[in-house]
Amino acid sequence: MWTSLKRLYHKMGSPKWFYEISTRWSPWFLLVGSALMLTGVVWGLAFAPADYLQGNSFRIIYIHVPASLLSQSAYIMMAAAGLVGLVWKMKMSFVVAKVIAPIGASLAIMSLLTGAIWGKPTWGTWWVWDARLTSMLILLFLYFGVIAIYNAIENEEMANKAAGILAIVGSINIPIIKYSVEWWNTLHQPATITMTKKPTMAPEMFIPLLLTIIGFYCWFAVWVFARTRNELLWRERRTKWVKNLVINAPTNSGAHQ
Amino acid sequence: MHPQRKQKLFIILFMLSGIALAVGLMLVALKENINLFYTPTQIAAGEAPKNRTIRAGGMVVEGSVERVKDGLTVRFGVSDGAKEIKISYTGILPDLFSEGQGIVALGSINNQGEFIASEVLAKHDENYMPPEVADAMEKAKYNAKYQSDLQLKDASKTGDNSTQGAY
Repeated sequence: MWTSLKRLYHKMGSPKWFYEISTRWSPWFLLVGSALMLTGVVWGLAFAPADYLQGNSFRIIYIHVPASLLSQSAYIMMAAAGLVGLVWKMKMSFVVAKVIAPIGASLAIMSLLTGAIWGKPTWGTWWVWDARLTSMLILLFLYFGVIAIYNAIENEEMANKAAGILAIVGSINIPIIKYSVEWWNTLHQPATITMTKKPTMAPEMFIPLLLTIIGFYCWFAVWVFARTRNELLWRERRTKWVKNLVINAPTNSGAHQ
Repeated sequence: MHPQRKQKLFIILFMLSGIALAVGLMLVALKENINLFYTPTQIAAGEAPKNRTIRAGGMVVEGSVERVKDGLTVRFGVSDGAKEIKISYTGILPDLFSEGQGIVALGSINNQGEFIASEVLAKHDENYMPPEVADAMEKAKYNAKYQSDLQLKDASKTGDNSTQGAY
């Protein structure tokens, strides 16, 4: 078990292997993710019953909750990748950390926007400076910080290190986001879905939510794979395997002849 | 693990726990400022400043909502289960405002101890259910109360009978 895990870890460190395996896996993740999203969204928007208090406006939950959850998961992945890169000097993991940052930032923006759109009719305001909303905004700024470091520092190694440290330090914010609704009194409600308790949501509303959450994760994997492959092709552009890949690639002009 | 890597890992973890501790202490020190609103208990204990803009939050007390003659001003009680404060608000209430619902009001406490609000926000809880389920739950609650009332009456009746029997 341990040796096979170790072997997998070493393989993951190989850009060529990662390129090949992610090319093979991507269509499956895309297929499963799209099926889940389609089912979840149609079920959630058209068939799930309206909420007894909020009416139809609760349906934004099918985007808001997956985006919020995933933007935090993505941050943890980015910080973990940064840690592996810093300690074990694994180049691949820095690549993954770098490509996750803009994806996580866009998910955080999606979460904040959908939350504001829901907040106006439900709470009566777009925004309040309560602990949950503020810590989520800080998460977005942390993503911006990581992106800014990669863009500002030209030396690749330096940029990797600095962004890795920022990502690791910023991970302190994740438990603060999660527990903000319990530690302080906030306008934002406590979690509907928890690992320990039954969801405080009717099953016919909860199941489509679960589908969209898993669907978001699958789409996230596809997106990370695609961006990682782009980044790898650029970084490894002088290596033999990339050159071979380009030479052997079926081109449009080739298809016409 | 390679000793050099081990050392690096420890340095990072040490740094992280140090910063986590600092952030933790800061958050504990700022607890009162991070809380979005004062609870009625805190206000009753005099923890909230008077004549300064603050937020107060809690549940709207059942049967406490009254409209003042001018038509737009609403007065209601807000409670956290222990204490209650009176809030008066002139303006349009959010759709979700109703008795038994959570709210957060922005405003200040006047010298008479009444909270004059300039904004009322509805707080939503973590429960989602279809209207039929909510209706059924409401009915069940009503039935349970009705049943227990009946039982109380029955108990008092049988009590009367037994005393009669004794005569």
